[in-house]
Amino acid sequence: MQIYANLTIRQKHIIWAWAFLALPVLFYGIIRFYPTGNAFLISFQDWNLLGKRTWTGWDNYIKLWNDPVFWKVFKNTFAYLLIGTPISLFLSFLIAYHLDKLRFMHGFLRMLYFLPFMTSAVAMAWVWRWFYQGVPIGLFNNMLASIGIPQIEFLNSTTNALPAVLAPAVWAGLGFQVIIFMAGLRAIPTSYYEAAKIDGVGWFTILTQITIPLLRPTIVFIVVFSSIGFLRIFDHVFNMTTNNPGGPLNATKPLVLMIYDTAFNGFDMGYASAQTVVLFLILLVVSLIQLRLLRSD
Amino acid sequence: MTATDLRPTAAVLDQSAASKPKNMGQILRWVLLFLGGIMMIMPIAYMISTSLKWPHEVYNVNLIPEEPTIENYTYVLEDGRFYLWFMNSIIIAVITTISNLLFDSLVGYTLCKFKFPGRQIVFIAILSTLMIPTEMLVIPWYLMSQSFGWLDSYWGIMFPGLMTAFGTFLMKQFFESVPDDFLEAARIDGLNELQIWWIVAMPLVKPALAALAIFVFLGNWTAFLWPLIVTNSVEMYTIPVGLSGFGDEADVAWELIMTGAAISTIPTLIVFLIFQRFIIRGVVMAGLKG
Repeated sequence: MQIYANLTIRQKHIIWAWAFLALPVLFYGIIRFYPTGNAFLISFQDWNLLGKRTWTGWDNYIKLWNDPVFWKVFKNTFAYLLIGTPISLFLSFLIAYHLDKLRFMHGFLRMLYFLPFMTSAVAMAWVWRWFYQGVPIGLFNNMLASIGIPQIEFLNSTTNALPAVLAPAVWAGLGFQVIIFMAGLRAIPTSYYEAAKIDGVGWFTILTQITIPLLRPTIVFIVVFSSIGFLRIFDHVFNMTTNNPGGPLNATKPLVLMIYDTAFNGFDMGYASAQTVVLFLILLVVSLIQLRLLRSD
Repeated sequence: MTATDLRPTAAVLDQSAASKPKNMGQILRWVLLFLGGIMMIMPIAYMISTSLKWPHEVYNVNLIPEEPTIENYTYVLEDGRFYLWFMNSIIIAVITTISNLLFDSLVGYTLCKFKFPGRQIVFIAILSTLMIPTEMLVIPWYLMSQSFGWLDSYWGIMFPGLMTAFGTFLMKQFFESVPDDFLEAARIDGLNELQIWWIVAMPLVKPALAALAIFVFLGNWTAFLWPLIVTNSVEMYTIPVGLSGFGDEADVAWELIMTGAAISTIPTLIVFLIFQRFIIRGVVMAGLKG
């Protein structure tokens, strides 16, 4: 205690700071950094969990490159991104733009749109899975049947399954994006709108010349946030296709499901790790593009 | 009203120039948004409605059950598994939330308010973990859990999420707004650093703590991939893992699956309806600052 009392304030601060950080630093080292390194290492090994770990160099990556399933999965993963992101961006902006102009029961309407964000993906995947069943079970086909439209194959069709799995993912994320867009809209100084009004500018010009340019940071954030979400899609796909993982002919299989299958059904840890490294690189590129876009402001 | 609502918005400007066609436009806008909103909650509404239907009515498209029954809930709860999974999820989400509130804020506070050698390195190291997707870590975590005997245990489910870089940065941002003078005054009053953090600084960032609590709780309540991997006995499942397996069992009726889905969703919906304004403000704060 005597020693502590003789320290300068600065030295005491250093001791406190490291005392506070000791456990967290240990945590980040053991639970984040060590496993990250380990994932890279295992991706260069052949290991089925029981047998010996052997070094195989780039074999797992070469196998991946030559695996037709991987390219199918790669295409699906980007299909989720390229269909899901524009649709959710457009819908959430449309809703936020108009909701921002309303005062009557504003909070109630906002709640309706936000509610799906509070649900669990697994629960909602099962609800939508039921919706998609054929007559006489599924809600959608029952509704179609009642107005005399022939039934549609959703989850069992190679073309419709991916959009069908994507729909609840877009639906669940919409509320969050609406809220973020509304915050972005509120942050635009009203003086801009007033000036435009005095100049007699039409709503479309205001939208394209003032609102959208000033919302750029918000738009970039939402695009990146939802892109990363769609690239990592798993819960919905897994639960909507448990009877046929990855859908008919892998029509809905995303990268994370392939990783899960390879690692925990096939126990090919090295091959699965190589897939996770690829996922990491894809996400890294998306994040770097975001940084680039934000910098140029 | 939230603070941002005090500002005049586009709506106020519209009203000042209100004329007949403008009002018609506003009414149309309201009606369309209302219909859109109703469509948004339809899946939730059908889930709850179906969970209250008798089997013979399940495949009718009517939303309001003709003879509502809680039979499905009685059946599912008497089965006992949902009760177990529900409790597992609660225990895991609560402990993880408390851990994040304590550690994320302590680390955020230290990085924000202390000058010490190594600060920049720790900061960048934690920041860089944001770049690493969970999916990349699940295999090493599984191997780690296997060798330490953490598989199929609460600790095994919880350990990856006990601290998060996201929470740390959220808290760091909010501690920036706590004046150093306050901390200095407390120092002169003879409080030690732990007391200053806990007694002086923490109460000043309560809104941020609440936002973080909501995010961490919701994230853990709905977490699926890691609990699916790390658990293998039915008694250790969390509610999403349990529901997923339950739905997959042969011959499980849809109304029972909907009941299970409702059981896993209704708690978060109730929390949301109670703390709505608060949660939305938290989402904005976390989204924009985090």
